[in-house]
Amino acid sequence: MLVVELDGKPTLDGLLPGVEVQHISASAALAEYLDTHGLSRVAKRLASSGIIEVVATASPGIDDIVVLGKIKQLERSGNYDLVVVDGPAAGHAITFLLAAKGLLATVRGGPIAAQAAEVAELLADPTRCQVILVTLPEATPVNEAVETAYALEDRVGVHLAPVVVNAMDDGALLAAEAAPEGSPLRAAAEFRNARRRLHADACDRLASELALPQLHLPQVAGSVLDAAAVDHLADAWEAS
Amino acid sequence: MTRRANPAPRANTGAPASPPPPPPVDSPPSGAIPSLLAGTDVLVCCGSGGVGKTTTAAALGLEAARQGRRAVVVTIDPAKRLADALGVPGGLGNDPVRIPLEPGGSGSTGSTTTAASTGTGSTGTATTTGELWALMLDTASTFDGLVQANAATPEQAERIIANRFYRNIAGSLSGTQEYMAAERLHALHADPRFDLVIVDTPPTRNALDFLDAPGTLARFLDHPLFRLMMMPTRRGLKVLNLATQPVLRTIGKVVGGDVVADAIAFFQAFAGMETGFRRRADEVITLLHGDRTRYLLVASPREDTIEEARFFARRLGEKALPVAAVVVNRCTPDFGPASGKRPRAAAAAALHDNLAELHATATTERHHAAALLTDHAVPPGTPTVFVPTLPTDVHTLAALEAVRGFLHDGATR
Repeated sequence: MLVVELDGKPTLDGLLPGVEVQHISASAALAEYLDTHGLSRVAKRLASSGIIEVVATASPGIDDIVVLGKIKQLERSGNYDLVVVDGPAAGHAITFLLAAKGLLATVRGGPIAAQAAEVAELLADPTRCQVILVTLPEATPVNEAVETAYALEDRVGVHLAPVVVNAMDDGALLAAEAAPEGSPLRAAAEFRNARRRLHADACDRLASELALPQLHLPQVAGSVLDAAAVDHLADAWEAS
Repeated sequence: MTRRANPAPRANTGAPASPPPPPPVDSPPSGAIPSLLAGTDVLVCCGSGGVGKTTTAAALGLEAARQGRRAVVVTIDPAKRLADALGVPGGLGNDPVRIPLEPGGSGSTGSTTTAASTGTGSTGTATTTGELWALMLDTASTFDGLVQANAATPEQAERIIANRFYRNIAGSLSGTQEYMAAERLHALHADPRFDLVIVDTPPTRNALDFLDAPGTLARFLDHPLFRLMMMPTRRGLKVLNLATQPVLRTIGKVVGGDVVADAIAFFQAFAGMETGFRRRADEVITLLHGDRTRYLLVASPREDTIEEARFFARRLGEKALPVAAVVVNRCTPDFGPASGKRPRAAAAAALHDNLAELHATATTERHHAAALLTDHAVPPGTPTVFVPTLPTDVHTLAALEAVRGFLHDGATR
């Protein structure tokens, strides 16, 4: 198994003992791509003259496609039976995954077009690639998840796996009224109950608007994401 | 560390089921956020995802409107968070939409709020002289507008806008989005309808790229390749000849020959417009560094988002753009420690545990927030406002009013 991080944030390093984590950046992927296609001299020349920016401009989505191409290459390498990619945030995920289709429409011929075709094939094949949407049990993230889900299915044509509802506070409602009115116990319980109702409502609405199974992950106590917390989440995942 | 006080005033967290009474309307600015807004023409909100940045931007817009400003809130994020936060059902478009505000108060449904806002005397019921507007940046139409404004003739604009290479740049290129955001910011700043522009940046690490974007365009225009592509119009060469130039052939090998041909056609159509674009880019850079342009950091009290906030603070610092204020959202309300022995009965024990848990979480969060505030990631003395997690979602004006109340009272340094 391999975990891939984009966007240059080494947030997962050290959180997954025993799991390989790779970071993919667009510029490194592009250089590597040109190199493996016998264009290393071109790559150097393009990079040294600053023309590489212009190449990226000439063909929008080229940076996305080399990243996706790199992921496809990892998938095809046979070294991993699962590649998990920590993708971009909702609004940008669509653009990112649409890069293959976009390039196929504008670029005819050439290695980039071939790359785009192979990525499009990967994205369209549910036995090779699925998308897991991750959301929070609140109104706005749920709206966003629903919208993103439709865009991914309709525009990208990628298969959606169950949706993950993160940081879910799904404990039973507390007997708030048993505590004296105006007491901290009462106020704390009422606050907690309000949050729990909110979370439950959000999940109900998600279920009614999006016909996908839901996996609920608990709120991790404290505010630090460490290896133990990740382990705890993984257990919850297995149990659900 | 001790000068950073509790996240939320206890009085506000004690009755979380109803929003705090809003402060008097149209009162002279006194708190840190109100006085910050009073001295600001452009406010840029930045922070990582999931920290309530959009809500903060919208609530700041509401506060500004209550101060009598004509504020417009702009979101660069393609997600529809701003429309949600403002309760705009149909979503937002590229043109500013005025958000209807009830005079003096809000669209509040809570009786507490209504009573309190009418209880503030004549100022509470006075009409809000300010206005709140909102829009979601549409990169492609903004770029079209810029082309139309700078083209020598409508035909030139048309030729550019119809070009496939142009459509690619305008529609989906990430650098273009940032550049257009900066451009739009400038246009809104100059728009007489508004006297305050609040920008909600995307929740990515490169959210601040728009600070560099106008400069990137200027460099692009100075690029040897650009000059090469502009040459044919000057020398009367045919596009076909140009495409056989070695450097362009090389690029063509990678991305395909059609792309290069389209690009050349675009640059030829663009000829003559560089000066206007470059002048505009300079104006935008001046505005972004102006002393009435302020940058506000939004974070939540989790270790990872605090780390992101420090990243943004450092980036702003590198550009000599100081952080004017910090808003820490989603703070767990602290109802105090659980006192006495843990009861034996299950229901009572659950109440005891809940109080203890919230107290422990709030304490940890304060600790994380303190890290941002004490290690000079932001300048010492930067006003900091802590906004508690609300018991409800913020996707109505009434809920937004509650957030505004915390921002108004804020500054619990």
